[in-house]
Amino acid sequence: MFLINCPFCGERDQSEFSSGGEAHIVRPKQPTELSDDEWAEYLFMRKNIKGIQFERWNHVHGCRKWFNVVRDTSNDKILSVYKMGEKPPVNYK
Amino acid sequence: MPNYRIHKTEYIDETKRVSFKYDGKTYFGYEGDTLASALLANGIHLVGRSFKYHRPRGIVSCGAEEPNAICQIGSKKDLTEPNVRATELELYEGLEASSQNCWPNVKFDIGGINNFISPLIPAGFYYKTFMWPKSFWKKVYEPLIRLSAGLGKSPTEPDPDIYDHKYVHYDVLVIGGGVSGIIAAKMAAKNNLKTLLVDDKKILGGSTIYQNNESIKIDDKLSSEWLKNEIQEIKKLSNLTIKTRTSIAAYHGYNFLLAKENLTDHLPEEKKKNKIRQRLWKIRAKKVVIATGSIERPLVFNNNDRPGILLSNSINKYLDYYGVTCGENIILFTNNDSAYETSISLHKKGIKNIIVDLRKSASSELIKQAESLGIKIYFNHVVTNTFGYRKINSLEIMKLSEDGNTTVGNKIRLSCDCLGMSGGWTPMVHMHTQSGGKLDFRDEDQVFLPKENSEDQISVGSCNGDFDLENIIDKTVNKINKFLDIDNQDYQDTNIICSKENDKRNIWLLPNKIPLGKTKCFIDFQNDSTAKDIKLALKEGFRSIEHVKRYTTTGMATDQGKLSNMHALGIIADTAGVKMGTLGTTTFRPPFTPLTFGTLVGRNVGKFFEVVRKTSMHEWHVKNNAEFENVGQWKRPWYYPKNGENMHDAVQRESKAARDSAGILDASTLGKIDIQGSDASEFLNRVYTNAWSKLAIGKCRYGLMLNEDGMVYDDGVTTRISENHYLMTTTTGGAANVLSKLEDYLQTEWPELDVYLTSVTDHYSTASICGPNSKKILNKLFPNLDLSDENFPHMSFKEDKLENINCRIMRISFTGELSYEINIESKYGNSLWKMCIEAGKEFNLTPYGTETMHLLRAEKGFIIVGQDTDGTMTPSDLQMDWIVSKKKYDFIGKRSLYRSDTIREDRKQLVGLLTDDPKEILEEGAQIVSDIKSKPIDMLGHVTSSYFSPNLNKSIALAVVRSGKTMKGQKLIIPMENKNINVTVSDTIFLDKENKRLNA
Repeated sequence: MFLINCPFCGERDQSEFSSGGEAHIVRPKQPTELSDDEWAEYLFMRKNIKGIQFERWNHVHGCRKWFNVVRDTSNDKILSVYKMGEKPPVNYK
Repeated sequence: MPNYRIHKTEYIDETKRVSFKYDGKTYFGYEGDTLASALLANGIHLVGRSFKYHRPRGIVSCGAEEPNAICQIGSKKDLTEPNVRATELELYEGLEASSQNCWPNVKFDIGGINNFISPLIPAGFYYKTFMWPKSFWKKVYEPLIRLSAGLGKSPTEPDPDIYDHKYVHYDVLVIGGGVSGIIAAKMAAKNNLKTLLVDDKKILGGSTIYQNNESIKIDDKLSSEWLKNEIQEIKKLSNLTIKTRTSIAAYHGYNFLLAKENLTDHLPEEKKKNKIRQRLWKIRAKKVVIATGSIERPLVFNNNDRPGILLSNSINKYLDYYGVTCGENIILFTNNDSAYETSISLHKKGIKNIIVDLRKSASSELIKQAESLGIKIYFNHVVTNTFGYRKINSLEIMKLSEDGNTTVGNKIRLSCDCLGMSGGWTPMVHMHTQSGGKLDFRDEDQVFLPKENSEDQISVGSCNGDFDLENIIDKTVNKINKFLDIDNQDYQDTNIICSKENDKRNIWLLPNKIPLGKTKCFIDFQNDSTAKDIKLALKEGFRSIEHVKRYTTTGMATDQGKLSNMHALGIIADTAGVKMGTLGTTTFRPPFTPLTFGTLVGRNVGKFFEVVRKTSMHEWHVKNNAEFENVGQWKRPWYYPKNGENMHDAVQRESKAARDSAGILDASTLGKIDIQGSDASEFLNRVYTNAWSKLAIGKCRYGLMLNEDGMVYDDGVTTRISENHYLMTTTTGGAANVLSKLEDYLQTEWPELDVYLTSVTDHYSTASICGPNSKKILNKLFPNLDLSDENFPHMSFKEDKLENINCRIMRISFTGELSYEINIESKYGNSLWKMCIEAGKEFNLTPYGTETMHLLRAEKGFIIVGQDTDGTMTPSDLQMDWIVSKKKYDFIGKRSLYRSDTIREDRKQLVGLLTDDPKEILEEGAQIVSDIKSKPIDMLGHVTSSYFSPNLNKSIALAVVRSGKTMKGQKLIIPMENKNINVTVSDTIFLDKENKRLNA
């Protein structure tokens, strides 16, 4: 059970949060211009990597804010948290 | 009665005699005994029958690893508990226990015949045997297997005991109160760290606490005496919490651990009453010290499972801790020094014993001591067979060859009444691996050891592979200082003297002249898997340890292979010619020892099992005999039976009344989201399929919400309350998810929008009144409100007061009738409802529940998201193309509506179905086909909603059918178990296609 450092509330138990999958997938501004394949890329394709992953979490039973998390999926260590709209930390790639 | 309690110890209080029943017979023990020690004191070794072959089995160990001595406690239907380890169960007055897996009794068991037909039931027997003929499975094989499956009997009535949960936070958690755990806890606590020390036993001290060998001393005292002082000292430390009878069940990530504390299991029945039985501790610790010790290994030889064969160290504990000897003529069979401690202890208490040692020779302080006492030692010998049915009475030993692969010379037969075996020690790495830690393999003594890989947890003592006392204490002190970043000097000058083991020899499967196929070399005592089974699995092509485990069921019993896994691994490695270290282990999964469901659920039972949401009108519904339906967490009135009506009759009456005069529904549970901000209209444009900018203030509009994949997600009516203020309604079940989804888009995709969302579901109660007389009822409630169609048309909204309380009134309809929804602050909900009922009396205003609501909307072909849709339906599939704006540039899911898959014409589409026999009501979920002759039958779809409509006097149904849109008028078939039902595809709207009733 993770301890997650919500950027708005501080460290809380994982049970207060829900996960929202991979981060930094931007909804296309003009979906109508996209081919089926391009739209499918946005809609369905996720990396799901073993290692350092950027993901979205929601403090759903807390402040209800969404934010980003850098997590090493191989050992579940959370390396960094940052707010929506902020640039991802550069030292993880 | 024989008495094997041969000397006094400080842990057994002989002034307090305890009587207990075992297999119906009364025995006596003393306070401080476990059930196992008390049975042994009474000379009872035979305690059960093995699972598969029903062989007689005896107590093997003295702890959590016990595979054989598992028993059924009590006989009450609600309190009986199976699979309790007698070695852990503390004796109490009135305890009733019985052996398991035997009939008619443990001494004579019919199932024992399996032992003689064992060549017929090898590993994988079930997979191989019960395949043919196929038809036998259901009627013959399965009932037979079920009869013999499982150990013990589950209680059949709810558990009346009380269980508790507790959350705690500590700087340091120390698991295990043996010598290394005690040192670690003392060091941590003395350095101002808030520390918790847990141990599963009744008292601290591990195996050192009863140690009494003169060759093992600390500061010139017996190690047990020294440790007792330490325990006295740590009990004084204010920031150290000590929890005994507490075992860690699971070690999760981020140092989150679950521990079970036993509070009353050791108390007599009358003292258990009204007390919390067990407490589940949910522990968060900044750092965790694992000091869980090690388990002695058995040895694998022919007939190594007879009653009277125990682990050597357990014989020692029964003797020195409980004062009980396991026999009067004992043989110890070992490959290491620890059995010598047992031997010396036995010898000192006058118990005759000899040692059979695998090793060619060995020298150490302990061995010298044994030799000087004149204890007979057979070096380089191996036990090849044992004899005695209900208890061992003799055994055969032979000399080992130079390479240890075979036996040489003549058999020597030795008589005995007890055999102690010691195959070395297995560090308990369960906690380490559960936390995510990896293992290293040490070839020298064939053990898996924790690989240090974390700043947050560390293993010390024998669970880290440090076996002699000097090593344990020195290493523990150094490691803890480093781990906690402290500089504790308490043990700087501690002087430790102990015997050092110099010689090792390990053979996983001991050689024998008898062919393996004719031996019974048990590896897993509880699941009856033998060395032969493991070899068979390998022969049949299994290679992965995980596969061999499942095929042979090794390590899959309630003891989870604590004694067997290493031997299985060793034999696989030897047979396959690979190194054990490269083979890896099976996964160590929680819980470490079985937990009852009661402990896991704690207080969340009965009415606390799940959160229940009730509307303000709930009390009225109850008083008026409503039957309730669970919708999410909500309790919604389902129907209101009158004068003994059944559900069908009540629903027919309610449905008719709603259309003939007036009906009232508690609609409070619908999700309500308050949307405000200067971009609220734009926001709605983006989340709904239809256009919202032009919706006038005071008007309502129905909206359909999609997922980004184009599938219908939710629906509901949204009202524009003012320029920048909307009230959205969602389905009852979807409310929370819709809010989450909207927040997601607002916060992450469109942060530029000025929109604020607030859930107001609980803030308002809603009474929905429908039917031709609804306007008259509204007029009585709101005499000053102009209800004319000009002033208050369908899909519009007004505010008015009911006795000075503000109400929001929407003229919207989910039934197709003229209909009003009155919203009021929740605390007035019940009053509103009562006033509506009162005002409606003269119009036969009939309260109706969700079932009637479903029926009425089905007559009108209105969908219910989640019933007529299942996450694969687009608006077009629902024949709702009219609600998808062609003009809007974008909305959630728009692009997906013309993906190659979503524009397919043969998708499943919503249609109406009419049965040829108007009285025949279809089953929801029934499959729909067009041709039942060709096989396989082509499935076209299924029925999603089905009712008998009292207003149309016929059965109606909605269904999703492949290419359904083009099938109107076509005949289809619903094949049921005993008949085929003929139906015709129809329009989805069955009643009032012209919507005349909306303005009736």
